[in-house]
Amino acid sequence: MPKQKWRKVMVIGSGPIIIGQAAEFDYAGTQACRALREEGIKTVLVNSNPATIMTDREMADLVYLEPLTLEFVTRIIEQERPDGLLATMGGQTGLNLAFQLAQAGILQRYGVTLLGTPLRSIKQAEDREDFCRLMQEINEPVPASTIVTEVEAALRFAAQIGYPVIVRPAFTLGGTGGGVADNAEQLRLIAESGLKASLIGQILVEKSVAGWKEIEYEVLRDGGGNSIAVCHLENMDPVGIHTGDSIVVAPSQTLTDREVQMLRRSALKIVEALGLEGGCNVQFALHPATGEYVVIEVTPRLSRSSALASKATGYPIAKMAAKIAVGYRLAELSNPVASGRSAFSEPVMD
Amino acid sequence: MAWLVLEDGKAFAGEEIGFWPAAYPPRGGEVVFNTSSSGYQEMITDLAYAGQILTFTHPQIGNYGWHREENEAGKILLKGLIVRELSAGEGSFHADGSLEDYCRKHKIAGLKGVDTRALTRYLAKYGYRLGVLVKERGAGERFWQEHPPEVFRPARPLVYQAGTAEEYLIPGSGPVLALLDLGVKRNLLRCLQQRGYCLYVLPAGTPAEEILALKPQGLVISNGPGAPTELPEIAAQISKVFSRLPILGIGLGHQLIALAAGGETYQLLCGHRGNYPVQSSLTGRATMTTQNHGYAVRRDTLRGTGLQVLYTNLNDGTVEGLSHQKYNILAVEFYPEGAPGPENEAVFTRFDQMVRGRAVHA
Repeated sequence: MPKQKWRKVMVIGSGPIIIGQAAEFDYAGTQACRALREEGIKTVLVNSNPATIMTDREMADLVYLEPLTLEFVTRIIEQERPDGLLATMGGQTGLNLAFQLAQAGILQRYGVTLLGTPLRSIKQAEDREDFCRLMQEINEPVPASTIVTEVEAALRFAAQIGYPVIVRPAFTLGGTGGGVADNAEQLRLIAESGLKASLIGQILVEKSVAGWKEIEYEVLRDGGGNSIAVCHLENMDPVGIHTGDSIVVAPSQTLTDREVQMLRRSALKIVEALGLEGGCNVQFALHPATGEYVVIEVTPRLSRSSALASKATGYPIAKMAAKIAVGYRLAELSNPVASGRSAFSEPVMD
Repeated sequence: MAWLVLEDGKAFAGEEIGFWPAAYPPRGGEVVFNTSSSGYQEMITDLAYAGQILTFTHPQIGNYGWHREENEAGKILLKGLIVRELSAGEGSFHADGSLEDYCRKHKIAGLKGVDTRALTRYLAKYGYRLGVLVKERGAGERFWQEHPPEVFRPARPLVYQAGTAEEYLIPGSGPVLALLDLGVKRNLLRCLQQRGYCLYVLPAGTPAEEILALKPQGLVISNGPGAPTELPEIAAQISKVFSRLPILGIGLGHQLIALAAGGETYQLLCGHRGNYPVQSSLTGRATMTTQNHGYAVRRDTLRGTGLQVLYTNLNDGTVEGLSHQKYNILAVEFYPEGAPGPENEAVFTRFDQMVRGRAVHA
């Protein structure tokens, strides 16, 4: 059972529904508010979006329809004095605000504890360099990459790892100057324009896994280190086509059990190494013929995939992530969609 | 059109798949279901399903084809399979063939297009049932009027058919283990081999004296098919080595260890086949495990046996693992080797420590 009893928790919503950041966060936030209120915790919701069910009066005890900025949220904290903050339900907006609040010393000044995944874990998952270092430490493969400042270095690296490669210029305006190169000739052109486009004259050259199968795992981990892969998803289109533009199938339909378990083991190992507490999405690229895989990225919060996975499996990921955030272990909770069973479960067919 | 007719007369219609020659005696056995969403190949070749008709609750089966290296055994003792939708297996870039080709080649009969959800709900509600696969419903009904339920009971317990007939050796540079083969899965052998063990794989009926004569540093009792209570002769041999060797029991091996110590087992209403959560009483940690067992150890019969519960099923509280207060005995009802499903490293690590003398019981 939770060691600490939380009195009042602030939940940050995702703000306006825009392309790329859609209604899935309303779903997550709403579930989280309900889960907290079930525990008798007073919930304070901050969300600038009036056009969501989340800001209806019955979802939270108190609703602040205010801009999601450091200034406004600080004033709400001053006024409400919550003892906990739940920031992993509102997409990237929520996480960014949590970072700002921590950096400005607001959380410390008012004695607000950030619930769920600690900030350093989130940072480690989101910072490309930190993340790659961690993957190396735990022996999980990431696409080979290097940062170069001249075309010849890019060509040497590509010759070593093999084509195709992706070129991403560092610090560009509007992400211009990058691209995929299938051979040295193309790379020379792309690297040149990339170096010019980068404000600091740097490009990242990375092995391209375009065309590989794109597989995602939705993972929940509690503070006691117990984790489950709630669901795995397979994108109909391969890596290279944005998941937002693709159809996703759950569970995967073209992977052997050996492949399913290989990626599951990797996903659980990664959330363990990150020390995550809550929900998380791990994205993989799997070579269709050889079974080789690489970790593409980790999203250390509730995401669009979590909402899809919840719908596909019936397992309320956001609700369970909120319970984990206030200190529950998964094995202490019962499964709300399968009566009499444990919440520590991986959905099955019956 | 073909039928699955249960012993109580309930019938389910489908279409023939696999091996259905014109004149062939009705094939039947206990009808069971597995709820996993992947791993059909490992299940079909898992010898613990010997004599059974396996129903898949996952709505499409065969979708990633058949892969030679994923077989869990070289022989098939499954009586039949029942699927909702059969896929030709276009979903894989590296398959060696399709599920149906494999069934035809290995003479397994099956049905597709069956309302597997209705069948599963029926079995879950009323418990284990025998069934026959027949081309006409009437033939199935007549079959059960003319035959007692014992008709499919083998003359000798299935473990003697599932396990190896002759002793063989898997070389390794590490400690020597004896493995009592009641229907071992290849992935268990692989897991032990990866840990460096040298394995003597022995027939199910090997007496304790012969096991000890090999001077092994540990004994593994594999999983296998059938009821543990039909194997008192094996339990008797196991009890003789209790104090002599570190022992790891899996599935049927776990049940036999309980019987050998004086505990009791019982038949579950519809068994555990699929992925289930268990919790360790030692660490409090919960893990997902892969299971295939129709029998379980009765918790309240363990008093005075020296055995204690190590793992408990988080869904229904059944015993899923045991350790011994005095001896180096570790038994798990689930498959620590996974295949299909997740592997459980902790079980192998603990057994390693027992064999290599770094830790003792409790």
